[in-house]
Amino acid sequence: MGRKANAAGSPRFRWTLARKKIVWAYIFLAIPIVFFAYIRIYPTFFAFQMSLHDYNPLAVEQPYVGLENYEKVVEELSKKKSVTKSAFRNTISYVVFGVPIQLCLALAIAMMLNEIRFMSTLYRILFFLPFVTSTIAIAWVFRMLYQPRFGLFNVILQFLSLPQQPFLTRPQQALPSILALVIWQGMGFAVIIFLAGLKQIPRTYYEAAEVDGASRWHTFRFITMPLLNPSIVYLLVLQTISFLRMFAPVVAMTEQGRGGPLDSTTTVVLRVYREAFQSFNMGYASSLTVVLFAMILGVTIIQLSVTSRRIN
Amino acid sequence: MRRLLAVLAVLVILFALGAVAGAQDDMVEIEYWQYNFGARVDAMNMLIEQFEAENPGIKVVHNSDIPYANFRDELAASAPAGVGPDVVTLFYGWIPAFVDAGYLVPLPDDPFSEEFILETFSPMVANSKFEGSYWAIPTAVRSLALFWNKDIFADAGLDPESPPANLDDFVAAAVATTVYDGDMKDILSITRQGHAPALASQDHHWFREVLIRQYGGAPYSDDGRTVTYNSEEGCAAFSWLAAFETELMTGSNDILDGSTNAFVNGETALHVDGSFRVGTIARNNPDLNYGVAELPVGPNGERHTFGSYWTHGITRRANDDPARLDAAVKFLQFITTPEAGTLWVNNVGELPAQATAAADEGLQADPILGAFSAGLAYSHATFFVDESAQRQVLIDAFDNIRLGGMDPCEALDEAAAAEQELIDAFWADRE
Amino acid sequence: MAQSLTPSNIFKDQDRGRSVGKAGEDWKYKFFSYLLLTVIAFTMIVPFMWMLSTSIKPETEILRRNIFPVEPTLDNYHEVINRTDLPLWYKNSFIVAVISTVSVAFFDALAGFVFAKYEFPGKRPIFIIFLTSLMVPTEMLLIPWFIMSSNPPIGGTWVDTYWGIAFPGVITAAGIFLMRQFMQGVPDELLDAGRIDGVSEFGLFWRVAVPLSLPAIGALCIFNFLGNWNAFIWPLIATTRSEMFTLPVGIQQFSSEADTPWNLIMTGASLSVVPLLLVVMIFQRYIIEGIALTGLKG
Repeated sequence: MGRKANAAGSPRFRWTLARKKIVWAYIFLAIPIVFFAYIRIYPTFFAFQMSLHDYNPLAVEQPYVGLENYEKVVEELSKKKSVTKSAFRNTISYVVFGVPIQLCLALAIAMMLNEIRFMSTLYRILFFLPFVTSTIAIAWVFRMLYQPRFGLFNVILQFLSLPQQPFLTRPQQALPSILALVIWQGMGFAVIIFLAGLKQIPRTYYEAAEVDGASRWHTFRFITMPLLNPSIVYLLVLQTISFLRMFAPVVAMTEQGRGGPLDSTTTVVLRVYREAFQSFNMGYASSLTVVLFAMILGVTIIQLSVTSRRIN
Repeated sequence: MRRLLAVLAVLVILFALGAVAGAQDDMVEIEYWQYNFGARVDAMNMLIEQFEAENPGIKVVHNSDIPYANFRDELAASAPAGVGPDVVTLFYGWIPAFVDAGYLVPLPDDPFSEEFILETFSPMVANSKFEGSYWAIPTAVRSLALFWNKDIFADAGLDPESPPANLDDFVAAAVATTVYDGDMKDILSITRQGHAPALASQDHHWFREVLIRQYGGAPYSDDGRTVTYNSEEGCAAFSWLAAFETELMTGSNDILDGSTNAFVNGETALHVDGSFRVGTIARNNPDLNYGVAELPVGPNGERHTFGSYWTHGITRRANDDPARLDAAVKFLQFITTPEAGTLWVNNVGELPAQATAAADEGLQADPILGAFSAGLAYSHATFFVDESAQRQVLIDAFDNIRLGGMDPCEALDEAAAAEQELIDAFWADRE
Repeated sequence: MAQSLTPSNIFKDQDRGRSVGKAGEDWKYKFFSYLLLTVIAFTMIVPFMWMLSTSIKPETEILRRNIFPVEPTLDNYHEVINRTDLPLWYKNSFIVAVISTVSVAFFDALAGFVFAKYEFPGKRPIFIIFLTSLMVPTEMLLIPWFIMSSNPPIGGTWVDTYWGIAFPGVITAAGIFLMRQFMQGVPDELLDAGRIDGVSEFGLFWRVAVPLSLPAIGALCIFNFLGNWNAFIWPLIATTRSEMFTLPVGIQQFSSEADTPWNLIMTGASLSVVPLLLVVMIFQRYIIEGIALTGLKG
């Protein structure tokens, strides 16, 4: 387009300008390119390379071990019981329960918000507040809310004469308790995205549906859902990835950040952190991150193709 | 941004040059690291001050900011860059892993000869030879003893001045002192605990080195390479410990803000802990009316306790520079004298590692420290290949019983298999 | 198309997208919406209330079952401010967030401008390489970054420096993508007119493209600031000394092996969260509309 505007100029002017623009483009991009090459791309390959070594940062030598670290991952996963297996199983639980619950709640809230005018800004801010607060800080607040006896939830249960609950201290309840915090904290973000999507749907569609006598459910099913498809796909991908990367809430809410009790809340990233920075098995930890990378890539590709096909 | 970086880089170089130039007047600077624990930091600051006064040519930089939970990974962060400590304080159970990585160098024969160490230090230190060398030497050692809350004893109608002497008395006292909210006798309605087993703090040591032996078993084979606690005796001991939470309902680490806090806050009657907890109580709840006694004797009438210590080693980094190595050795020698041990016991509450200072009569008669001091004579220090992983194995076994309803013997079998795997993996790498 | 998506009118068009029902039904629907929304809004603020309430409880009341303090006190604040490194953590979080936000705003906008408005050999591959870096989870890079910052090309070590905490985020692919989408809306005629007037290429960016994209740059800055202020895993790894911790790392370290000082943790959490809440309330429109934009344009 820029070329068209210059067509009136002399050929020489055109040539130098096009060339000048190319030179400037490279100059402007120089620092970003160096940055991506050194801070993003090189470490990606470095991580692959580390996963092929017995990498201990305290040691002088880092021997090459081939695929041994990956064999260890497979071996751990095929054991009846292992921390790594728990980490993968829990991570999948976080995704499988967390993403749908969070998105359904957010969609419901967004649709209600879309109906009202009075105080809608205030509600929007309130739903949004948790999203901007530090996960570590708010996870500690929830950890306290969950405490036996003096935690708010148990105080309320006692007030209602309901039995006291152990929450974070029992394997059966710990993961749902942490999940509740994460859903609570991230919901506002999804609400905003959905709300923006809803606002883009032209009113005439709904009016036409009303003329046809369509029920609320039909309107939702055949107008709202399909037209929200881009927002849904966007959020599905984004939230799945963020649940796959769960770390901070588990560190803040479990005893000594160990992902207990009985590894019932530990995640892949927590496993990576503990292996790399507490046991110094950086090679093995790197191989776990490569597996995580593959999972994220796979999920993204599958979700993008499946979701967009089905709804179209 | 780039220009800014370049300017910064130049500034950094100038500063570095300046620092080198400034330091050239024969000043050797060594770095010492320990994890953040208030009383230890203060005591070490006093020792450093004395040391620097005696050795004007040496400056010791003390890094004590790193919390316990991060200490190991921060050491790892420093190693590849060739920065970090010249002298470092590590838990004795971590030594094999750090030796394995080539992080520590053996203590030089002069002045730390084997005869000298055998002669002057506590037996648990003397036994810490690994791969034919001594790798670290402590200022102080600790043992476990029984803490009891005198007020709670009095409230429950027990004699506040007579702590349980054997395991049966211990159970009886724990049951008698537990108070529930309402008629329900379950963990979540406890308002005051008799005893709350917490494997994550000191109870895994109590089980490993004390209870098993008192039930007539042994935790490991003599060479420390085979786990033997999954025996009938081990299971009896583990069942005894688990019963506090699963049958007797006298307490749990899950309630009242954790077992250690609960004792410090005056909500638990009986607690097993090390002398370092004396300082915590003095700081957080100085009014607590408590006593410390030797651990109760077991069914076989024997006394045992667990001994452990934080110990100082010299790193590969110090070894790279003769002047720093020399300063590091001098510093190490200074902080492990009997005088340093005495300063330590007065400020931290840990017992001097040198036998002469530990045998001090005043210390043995001390109402609080006396029990720990007496324990040194019959203490055992477990040979750990990976302390935190081995601890986790027992935490998991205990959780399997109390949370998963597993049979104690089965849980212990599983733990023994897992721990054996850790030990085997460690030795397999070395052979 | 770009014009219709400027932040100010995303939520303005109040008549769009509202489903319409019969009048009576509508009233009921609205009533229940308000009811439910109020209940949910309540659950959103209760944790913050609890946090603030605990932060003004004296230590003796922490383990009691009262929701509000019987004898409110500011002792916890005194203790946290005077006896811990929290003021330093505050400063560090602020500095790191500012460094990376300024850098992101500048470089992301510049790169976005280039990708939107310039044709040059290699443009597509470079852009795709930038974008694929979004696919690589930062967790995979933590260990390499850690090794790199222990032994970097410039300077002795990046561990325990502001640069060491900030470097992974000083340019972001997502931001470049967002800015490219925006800068495409900058009219070419304007740029060419500038060229004819002898404005330098950088001048075109700085004086034409940037002013036209200020809303998007603003949104980018706010997210970036929030993201860095709250970042946890990398600052945890990149710092060893208390005086270099950021707020989340510091708050996590309040709790030690045997001690969980709830009152101090809640006070630290309050101090870390409250200023942010105020900022969000003031800039809520930009933030919320900025997020909506990323959703519509991403």
